[in-house]
Amino acid sequence: MRSFENNLPALSDAGIRVVAISVDKPEKTREMMVQKAGYTFTFLSDPRLEAIRRYDLVHAHDDPTLPASSGREDADIARPAEFLVDPSGTIRWRMVTENNFVRARPQQVLETAKALP
Amino acid sequence: MKRINWQIWTGFVLSVVALLSYAFLFSRWAITRDWPWVNLILFAIAMVFLFLGLRRAFKPDKGIVSKIFSSLAAAFGVLLLAGLLFVVFVAGRWLPPSTGAPQVGQKAPDFTLTDSNNKPVMLAQLLSEPVNNKPPKAALLIFYRGYW
Repeated sequence: MRSFENNLPALSDAGIRVVAISVDKPEKTREMMVQKAGYTFTFLSDPRLEAIRRYDLVHAHDDPTLPASSGREDADIARPAEFLVDPSGTIRWRMVTENNFVRARPQQVLETAKALP
Repeated sequence: MKRINWQIWTGFVLSVVALLSYAFLFSRWAITRDWPWVNLILFAIAMVFLFLGLRRAFKPDKGIVSKIFSSLAAAFGVLLLAGLLFVVFVAGRWLPPSTGAPQVGQKAPDFTLTDSNNKPVMLAQLLSEPVNNKPPKAALLIFYRGYW
């Protein structure tokens, strides 16, 4: 995600809105992502995994040692995935990797966006 | 009085500590869960002691018992290290197949979620509100694990 923050001017110039979604509650996101890490793009909270379920990105995690301070009702989280959505709501590009080491790169997103009308 | 091979014991105990501290402590924080550098350092030190202990146990004046014991201790330590490496870098990297995730060309499922200022935001807004004072070309949705 840091690479997207670093490339935010180029992404915004290209008309791309960057939105990050996780189960973290707004308070946790404000504290960790906005205040501590200094991210400036939009963060959305999905603590009940409503959107995460609709996108089939649920990563069930029956870990009883998860700290209660994470602010979530259960231990399920989102697995990482990226989707580029055009104004009509159609997916134009996605990265739903099976390999945790492979991540989306801003360059890929910028190039895809160039091809959009 | 027989002198204890403290090197092999230290290596053995340190291996156990290295693994258990990951399971019960360091796996709780995102920073040390994905790259358990503390535990890897502990294991590295443990391996040094196990090696020194092995070398000492295999000196010509040492009996068969000390050789067997130290070999078992060293093997166990290596097994614990292999266990940690497997859990973190193999089993821990598993991701669900997400075969139901929307494909390119399909519609992105709608949602209404709260932003970091506790305001509700709809997908439609993300796709219509201006970016740099111009109509947006696209919205990039980044789903991530969260800071837990």
